[in-house]
Amino acid sequence: MSANPTLAPSEGHEGWSTILQQAAQEVFQLMLSSTLTVPPGTVEDKDLDIVSMVGLAGQLCGIISIRSSLKSAGRMASAMLGAEIADSGPEMWDAVGEICNMVAGNFKNKVPGLGDGCMLSVPTVISGENYRLHSMADAGVIHAVLLFQEDPVVLTLEIHS
Amino acid sequence: MDNIRVLIVDDSSVMRKIVERSLRQAGLSISQVLEAGNGAEALGTCKDTKVDLILCDINMPVMDGLEFVKSLAGVENNKGTPVVMITTEGSEGHVVQALAAGARGYIRKPFTPDQVKEHVLPVLAGKP
Repeated sequence: MSANPTLAPSEGHEGWSTILQQAAQEVFQLMLSSTLTVPPGTVEDKDLDIVSMVGLAGQLCGIISIRSSLKSAGRMASAMLGAEIADSGPEMWDAVGEICNMVAGNFKNKVPGLGDGCMLSVPTVISGENYRLHSMADAGVIHAVLLFQEDPVVLTLEIHS
Repeated sequence: MDNIRVLIVDDSSVMRKIVERSLRQAGLSISQVLEAGNGAEALGTCKDTKVDLILCDINMPVMDGLEFVKSLAGVENNKGTPVVMITTEGSEGHVVQALAAGARGYIRKPFTPDQVKEHVLPVLAGKP
C-alpha cells in the first residue's frame, strides 16, 4: 500500500508532527504498556499492509491514519488486550481501529481550540496488499515514523482545506 | 460496594474488555458484567436489568452516549444509576455536556487503571 504521492508537506501547522507523535506515544504507553521510539535514521516503510483511519470534521478536516505491518498490528492488539490474538481477524481490526481513534482524540485534545471544534468519525481499517490510498487532502500532510518493537509505525495526518 | 453489576457500553468489543479489566485491576468486586455496543442496546438492557454502575463511550453508532444518558432518566429500573463516560472526546465542552446530560464522572481515553479507580470509586460511594 502506498500513500498519495502528490500531497505536499503541511504548511502553517508547526509543531503538529511532534504533537501527533506524542499523542501516539501516550496511547501506546497507557493502553499497550509499550513504547513507540523515534528511529535513529531513515526507516523503510514497505510491507505496511494494514491501515486504520479516523476522519476529522469541523475546525480541522482530514484523516489521521496509522500504517503498520499485519504482524506488528497483531502484536499491538495482543499488547492492548494482554493476551495473544489471531494475527488477522475482527478482534485485531477492532484493536487497531481503537488505537487510531485514541491517537486522533489525543491529538485533537492537545491542539488548542480543536478539542470542542472537531468531531471524529468511527474508525475504518483496511488490510491487504497492492492498493493505493487516494486522499482528497489539499492542505498538506504531516508524517511521523516511529518504531514499535523495532517495526515501523507510520502516523499520517492529511489535512483538507 | 461489593459484588456490583456493571454495564459497559462501547461499540468496540476490545475496548469493553479493556474497561472490564481496568475495573477489576482497580479492585472492584464485580458479580456480573453486561455489555452493549451502543446506547440503544444499553437502554434495552437497562429496562430489563438493574445495574449498579454504567461505563459509557460517547461516539457510537445508532445512539450515542449523551443521548443514552439523557434517555436513562426515563428508565424506571435504573433511575439514579451512576454513569461514568469513558471516551476520546476529552475537551472541557464535552465534559460539561456529559455532566449536564446526567453523567456522574468522565474518563478520557487513553487511561490507566488508576485513573479508572480515581473516577469510579467516588461515584460508587455516592460522592459528587
